[in-house]
Amino acid sequence: MNATSMTVAGARLEWNPADRGRIAMFSLIAAEASIFTIFVVAYVFYLGKSLSGPTPQDVLRVPVFYTICLLSSSVTIHFAAKSLRRGGVLRFGALWLATITLGAGFLYGTGTEWYRLIYKERFTIGTNLFGTTYYSLVGLHAFHVVVGLFVLSIVMAFTLLGSVRSEHAERIDVLSLYWHFVDVVWIVVFTVVYLMGR
Amino acid sequence: MSTDAIARPSAALAPRPIVARLHDWVTTVDHKRLGILYITFAMAFLLIAGVEAMIIRMQLIRPHNDFVSPQVFNRLFTMHGTTMIFFVIMPVLFGFANYLIPLMIGARDMAFPRLNAFSFWMTCFGGLLLYFSLVGGNGLYGAGNAPDVGWFAYAPLTSQTFSIGHSTDFWILALLVSGFGSIGTAVNIIASVLCMRCPGMTLAKMPLFAWLNLVMGGLVILAVSPLTAAQIMLLVDRYLGGHFFDTQAGGSAVIWMHFFWVFGHPEVYILVLPAFAFASEIIPVFSRKPIFGYSVMVGATVAIGFISMSVWAHHMFTVGMSSAANNFFVISTMAIAVPTGIKIFNWLATMWGGKIEFRTPMLFCIAFLFQFLIAGLTGIMQGAAPFDWHLGNSYFVVAHFHYVIVGGILFCLFGAFYYWFPKMSGKMYSERLGKLHFWLFIIGFHLTFDFMHIPGLLGMPRRIYTYEPGRGWDTWNLIVTIGVFFQAAGILVFLGNLVWCYFRGKAAGSDPWDAWTLEWSTNSPPPAYNFATLPVVKSRRPLWDLKHPADPDWKYE
Repeated sequence: MNATSMTVAGARLEWNPADRGRIAMFSLIAAEASIFTIFVVAYVFYLGKSLSGPTPQDVLRVPVFYTICLLSSSVTIHFAAKSLRRGGVLRFGALWLATITLGAGFLYGTGTEWYRLIYKERFTIGTNLFGTTYYSLVGLHAFHVVVGLFVLSIVMAFTLLGSVRSEHAERIDVLSLYWHFVDVVWIVVFTVVYLMGR
Repeated sequence: MSTDAIARPSAALAPRPIVARLHDWVTTVDHKRLGILYITFAMAFLLIAGVEAMIIRMQLIRPHNDFVSPQVFNRLFTMHGTTMIFFVIMPVLFGFANYLIPLMIGARDMAFPRLNAFSFWMTCFGGLLLYFSLVGGNGLYGAGNAPDVGWFAYAPLTSQTFSIGHSTDFWILALLVSGFGSIGTAVNIIASVLCMRCPGMTLAKMPLFAWLNLVMGGLVILAVSPLTAAQIMLLVDRYLGGHFFDTQAGGSAVIWMHFFWVFGHPEVYILVLPAFAFASEIIPVFSRKPIFGYSVMVGATVAIGFISMSVWAHHMFTVGMSSAANNFFVISTMAIAVPTGIKIFNWLATMWGGKIEFRTPMLFCIAFLFQFLIAGLTGIMQGAAPFDWHLGNSYFVVAHFHYVIVGGILFCLFGAFYYWFPKMSGKMYSERLGKLHFWLFIIGFHLTFDFMHIPGLLGMPRRIYTYEPGRGWDTWNLIVTIGVFFQAAGILVFLGNLVWCYFRGKAAGSDPWDAWTLEWSTNSPPPAYNFATLPVVKSRRPLWDLKHPADPDWKYE
């Protein structure tokens, strides 16, 4: 008996398995979401439990502009992927660059905020429980933005070299899922840290 | 055989130099080779962690023994627990999943072969990192070398104050690194099962093995990630001056317990679901009946997956939670016994009226059924919070979870080793040595772990390096230690059997068990491409259909 005889002769089957890249990305996002959940739980659990100052009300300012930057990058990456699917590589490149710029703008915002907190307010990760939970939660998110920007930049480099074509639209879609996830996490972090926590 | 004809010419070539062959193994992305690498890696660590267990038991053989010092004893039980969970059982189960899933679902490889290799090497280096602590753990302080904080490393024992040197850091990094490997493997298993099945194999026609490993993959994703997060927090505390688990600065030691057990309890199901997967393949074949209640088995598996995420704090009844929390975790713990009980009844119903063949894999699975039932019953005892207040942190707990892991999981694993060894090696194991292994191990197992419950009930706490005579614990501890030697002898017979038969065994042929799943339709060992042409299936037992064209399964499913 061999493998060939496994095939039922003449059987024509409709067989369209799910895209493995998409499934893998959803699995990765689920894993990342659990990591963030633990950090968010720690942040909320320790709210107001610091034994010494400063408190969130003392030092945090709501980063409205940079939040708008990051959230609009989700819009640009969505339309970038859409243009690639329709074959508009040039339009894709422009929107992709806009996504990277907006993401980098957000990262700059986190940088200036941390600079102000560390150098002006003398508030570090070791100051109190609020410092520990704040820097680790916002830092973990910023780390994901850095990773996202790194991967987006690789795609940008390939686009400039002319090797991204419309048949890669599916992969770009899968990659954009990750960027959307980074944005959704920011909505949660923003709500917990800057709206609830203050 | 068409595949054989393709495989033969390469065998006739002169053997390649050993460096080239080793290079092939190191750079391989083939799921079968990676599976064997996982299994070999786990077997090496099984020997190490087994020797650690033997030293622990030697120390406890009589009161006031001084075989090892208290410091060494702490390191031994920490390393034994960490190694067994993270570097023996998880990798060996991942190894079997890697090897068998593509063969069972009729695919040529996993969904992401390179991710697969990456995950293996992360796990491998995680294990090496843990044992590198013996060299590097001292740090500048001349502190102890191996981690000695216990496998669940409760705060504040892990803070810089109480764990000087680097031993705890090696523990953290080992688990962090191997955790990335586990998540990678889980992503791969999920993507493979969902996307790589051969034509005709709908989700409802998959072997139960694939179903259980799919749920296991989901649990790894949701449970190992919190561990990763907790380890990052611990690193922040130890290196950046954070206060997550620093009670002096308002931090909470209890939240570490929650974060650890949010991982730790689903982890038990991560380990036991693949064991169920082995039993669900082996029991039907040796009962000569299809599995009883396939869809109920799938449903029970998914139910276990969900409920297992909400039982973690039954490890923490003695911490002093609110009575609402205690009630919730008692009820959820009792609830998870229901789908598990359904599974046991389904396996029994599969055997009922079957033509049972008592081959070595089946013997191990039958022992598993009885032992896992007892392990579940002692689990229910401790799942009741008031009873747990008396037994918490005693040897009863140690006996219970070893009953699950050794009596349940390890017995299934041995069954799996004997069942698939002919497929992986192409050789048949020695049935006589297999049965000798079974009897040695079952005697050793029951001597050790049955009698371990009793000193626990008599109040002997776990993790003590010695004890006073005259408390009624002496004889029980002696019996427990004697059992260990039977188990060790069993393990040596097992390894000897596999190694000897790999070189000298009789050829097994492609289908020695007259089995029904796709892995038995290709050669033993399977060629690199698994299947010459991708199979097309119509039922859950494609090989039955092939062997009985007059009475195929798909007429009834």
